[in-house]
Amino acid sequence: MKTKKEEKKSRREFLKAAGIGIGGVFAATVLQPFTAVLYASKEPEGAGPWYGIAIDIEKCIGCGSCARACKNENDVPREPFYFRSWVEQYTIKNDGEIKVESPNGGIDGFTQSVPDEDIFKSFFVPKMCNHCSQAPCVQVCPVGATFETDDGIVLVDQNYCIGCRYCVQACPYGARYVHPEKNVVDKCTLCYHRLKKGLNPACMDACPTGARIFGDLRDKEGELFKFLKEHTCHVLKSHLNTGSKLFYNSLNQEVR
Amino acid sequence: MKEFDHLYDALSKVDGFIYPNEIELSWSLGIVLYPYITGLVAGAFILASLNRVFNVKALKPTYVISLLTALAFMLVATMPLITHLGKPFRFYEIMITPHLTSAMAIFGFVYIWYLMVVLLLEIWYDYRADMVIWAKESKGLKKIMYKILTLGITDISPKALKLDKKLGYIVTVIGIPSAFLLHGYVGFIFGSVKANPWWSTVMMPVIFLFSAMVSGIALVMLVYMLLSYIRKVKLDMLAVDTIAKFLFYALIIDFVLEGLDQVHRIYEAEESFEIISLLVSGKLNITLLIMQVSLGMLVPMVTLAVLQFYKPKAKIRQIIYLTIGTLVLVGIFFMRWNVVIGGQLFSKSFYGFTSFKLGLIGMEGALMGIFWLIIPFVILGFLLWLFPPWKKSKELESIADSD
Ligand code: SF4
Ligand code: SF4
Repeated sequence: MKTKKEEKKSRREFLKAAGIGIGGVFAATVLQPFTAVLYASKEPEGAGPWYGIAIDIEKCIGCGSCARACKNENDVPREPFYFRSWVEQYTIKNDGEIKVESPNGGIDGFTQSVPDEDIFKSFFVPKMCNHCSQAPCVQVCPVGATFETDDGIVLVDQNYCIGCRYCVQACPYGARYVHPEKNVVDKCTLCYHRLKKGLNPACMDACPTGARIFGDLRDKEGELFKFLKEHTCHVLKSHLNTGSKLFYNSLNQEVR
Repeated sequence: MKEFDHLYDALSKVDGFIYPNEIELSWSLGIVLYPYITGLVAGAFILASLNRVFNVKALKPTYVISLLTALAFMLVATMPLITHLGKPFRFYEIMITPHLTSAMAIFGFVYIWYLMVVLLLEIWYDYRADMVIWAKESKGLKKIMYKILTLGITDISPKALKLDKKLGYIVTVIGIPSAFLLHGYVGFIFGSVKANPWWSTVMMPVIFLFSAMVSGIALVMLVYMLLSYIRKVKLDMLAVDTIAKFLFYALIIDFVLEGLDQVHRIYEAEESFEIISLLVSGKLNITLLIMQVSLGMLVPMVTLAVLQFYKPKAKIRQIIYLTIGTLVLVGIFFMRWNVVIGGQLFSKSFYGFTSFKLGLIGMEGALMGIFWLIIPFVILGFLLWLFPPWKKSKELESIADSD
């Protein structure tokens, strides 16, 4: 049997411990620094590069060189249903109507069908895999064939993919397709095979206006980091919290 | 080029803007059938449990039939899923490389658990003693099969019979949450895809569950009626009326849940609202508004409601039940269709639609689909031949029941 005094003491100690515990949780929650939207999500631990991409919509002229270069480099089927990288044309008319087009993914360039006097605004948006850091496609793959590398690139191991297409459903950006001959999923690899040789992704090299910038988000001196610093950038569908690492400068709200 | 003809055709029918990779639907008839058949399994099993665990005596004549129906459909449930894979021969990877974050990866485990542990055990406990006797009475192949299936446990003393009954009861009790899990998780496969507003709702698992019950109950009702007709025995109208009553309740709950889900969408009117209302009023108006909601749900519900107060003659009731049962089965099929196909018709850009035409041949063609729906009945026929519920010994049962 405990005496009254002892009991009181142990209760006090319990309260103290509980207080420290609760306070600790509280402090941890509140004091945790917020991560800037710059990273859409938290940068993972580790050294080495952590890749991201930026696109300057103001510079894109819709020539489709990037989409063409991508198909050539990566043996993407020629048919107009399969793309690792494509360009969309947005035309907002004076009456507020939004027209979006991407004939053959923009590979052959664009012609504007809306007469000049009706156009409020028109611009091009190149699209590709966002290499999300909280990628829904990685989350759903039942066999782990879709995975994220340490350098932040989302890849598909085509030797493991069972072709269930769950990832195609889960990607909010339409970045994936099923390869008609291989019967497995294919998508942008950021030209991983070139990166490993120290080369740029093919689309980056192909862009005549320098609208595409790619690089290491950890490199605070790098071109990409500087670009993000000097421009106000947004990611697509930020409300879905995919941790996208594809940043757009001058992104209109109409773009989805 | 022939291979891409259907895609060029779809491309010419695109309405508004879709992402270039979205021309072809990733999930087709196979993925419509998978939740449909799994739902029939879960529903039939839950009906069986009503008899056993909740002691609804009137359902006795359909107890074993529900279980065998569940088993027959369970054996086929995965087939449409496997055949739709781009690499069907890699399907076992799901089992050996569990990926904890994927709803689909759980599939193998839930399936094995449900099939191997719950369904097979329950049926085995139910039939073991009968098989011991049948093994003695029959000849040839059947004799050998019964012998093997008893697993050499031939004790049919009252004590053993009572133990069978008790263990069977325990398995059923475990089975109920398993059946809920089985189908709830199938709903989760869709409900957790946040990229797709037509799917992404927490209601999805619950809606799948109750629609599963609706379809499973209707299926057992039809199977039971047809069996009596084929065997030329008198139909136990009390049993059918009771099933119909449960069908009525399940329909009401299902209707309320689906209704709530839609009201919620309309009230919230999120950014996706516009495209979804276009989808419902346009591309899905026949399959959703007419097939699923009107014919598959409202007509059966109202008819069953009337039957609760006013009972016409047995013959007429039979015809009504037959019609309603069929309508419900068709309706739930279209419910799956509208979820799976409907969810892929609009672009994730919310700016347009692609189109879908069901082919006749091929792994995901209509003929294959019909095949997967007929096979379970063939299996059921075989199961009924091997384990005829009407030949079960009444004597053994009364011993097991006695205190
Ligand atoms: S854009 Fe799509 S495919 Fe690329 S990582 Fe994100 S979810 Fe995956
Ligand atoms: S299609 Fe392949 S990569 Fe995509 S989820 Fe299925 S197995 Fe994974």
